[in-house]
Amino acid sequence: MSGQTRSIRLGAGAGFAGDRIDPAQKLAEHGLLDYLIFECLGERTIAASQARRLKNPESGYDPLLEARMRAVLPHTTSSGTTIVTNSGAANPLAAAELVARIASKVAGRTVRVAGVTGDDVLDAVRRHNPVVWETGKHLSEHADELVSANAYIGADAVVPALEEDADVVITGRLADPSLYLAPLIHEYGWDWNDYGMLGAGTAVGHLLECAGQLTGGYYADPVTKPVNNLAHLGFPFADVRSDGSAVFGKLERSGGTLTARTCTEQLLYEVGNPQAYLTPDVTADFSEVSFDDLGHDRVAVSGATGRTRPQDLKVTLGFRGGWLGEGQMSYAGPRAFDRAQLAGEVVAERLKDVHGFPEDCISVEFIGAGAAFRGLDTNPSAHEVRLRVTARVATEDAADIVGWEVESLYTNGPAGGGGARRSRSEVLAIRSCLIPRHLVSTEVHILEARK
Amino acid sequence: MTEPVRCTSVDDLADVRTGDKGDTLILSVFPRDAAAHDYLVKNLTVERVSSHFGQLVTGLVRRTDLPNLPGIVYELPGVLGGGVTGSPTLDGHGKTLSYHLLSLQI
Repeated sequence: MSGQTRSIRLGAGAGFAGDRIDPAQKLAEHGLLDYLIFECLGERTIAASQARRLKNPESGYDPLLEARMRAVLPHTTSSGTTIVTNSGAANPLAAAELVARIASKVAGRTVRVAGVTGDDVLDAVRRHNPVVWETGKHLSEHADELVSANAYIGADAVVPALEEDADVVITGRLADPSLYLAPLIHEYGWDWNDYGMLGAGTAVGHLLECAGQLTGGYYADPVTKPVNNLAHLGFPFADVRSDGSAVFGKLERSGGTLTARTCTEQLLYEVGNPQAYLTPDVTADFSEVSFDDLGHDRVAVSGATGRTRPQDLKVTLGFRGGWLGEGQMSYAGPRAFDRAQLAGEVVAERLKDVHGFPEDCISVEFIGAGAAFRGLDTNPSAHEVRLRVTARVATEDAADIVGWEVESLYTNGPAGGGGARRSRSEVLAIRSCLIPRHLVSTEVHILEARK
Repeated sequence: MTEPVRCTSVDDLADVRTGDKGDTLILSVFPRDAAAHDYLVKNLTVERVSSHFGQLVTGLVRRTDLPNLPGIVYELPGVLGGGVTGSPTLDGHGKTLSYHLLSLQI
């Protein structure tokens, strides 16, 4: 194989925990992929997964993992495509066991499944007692119950699993771009200190990590940016060469669009400082990136680079944050906003006077009158307004009162209120801190699923 | 593109994508061509963006210009008050707020 022409094809199978499955299945079946990557973890998802694992020690991984693997494993195991995913969430080993069980049923050969552990640093942060970013106080000074602490681990946690010929690698809180960078380091033998290459590979990973957001998802606007066949949006892949340059593409006849413009939008997504995009692997620099539109949904990227990786690893902390109670009610037609406003005042007054809620835990929004813009652009003449009252309280019972008070507007509130809905949910407050690298050590556990 | 007229909205010149990091709102602005980029660099100042988001902004807005792409990134601290898990707001990520910037007249 010539180093000049060889390329590795990385496919995006998911861009978040709730992502669609059929585009990944199509890529697995028709994409001629070397790797299929599923990014399934957010800050909230990892903490919520830890909370689920506390209730049931066998759970804690992505609830859609089984459905995803059933859809793609028959194809990836026959085509020799390696899967890398962080959908192990709070329980990578249980996830690996599940995948091994599925593989033994649906694969035509022996499948090696690697579970990667070590991102769970709950004990380590308790001992290390770092400063929490959002509060500026040491961890031990927080009264809320800490339920999870997961360090963002990098490509160096995954490469050892690939070296052991894993067909599926399942991790917990692996950083999103590292999912894509690890296969490139493994295939091309990039040096861990070659930060220019790691930066280039990280740009490829960052562009693919949100899957459909590169091919027209979160981009489409029916007037300014029409996108063809959004219902069947195709997920992207990248052909990456050993010099870090890459060409992005998507399957023929799949929906969506892939242009320099969709790539440019995704390059800067959630990137506050394009000169210093921090990952566990590198301080990536996207400021000199350029895209070349090759036509027919093919785009070349070049110019990303990087500098020394950060000394410490970022940790996502999950604290129990009580309960959120919610109630909604609609008002429409003449004076819809005025009536919704009166209804909101009534509910807030009763939550305080009758139920003893503190004022600062209550929030009132007017959906349809500009709630999304948080009071910056309220439209008091909206034709239809949906009142939404929420309160953050200590107990589930107290949370339930919010929806009850909204519902009781039916017979006690302003005229013409309808469509009441109520709900309550447990709140996990997410905060962040740093932990020195030497306090985090990862480990690969191989399971073999025989036919 | 024709020469931008004196009073135009961001929507006429660019697309905007929202991202969130903690309670900082990240607005990435993508001018549709070089002339739009020049116009936005001159007129879509951190002061204009900051005042458009009013009292929601709790600190200094930072702007990074990437003329090659072209793209302009604005970081607005505090807008997401508490972030996605700390705020009871329906759209805690602030994903909808990109379209608030589009309505700004410059």
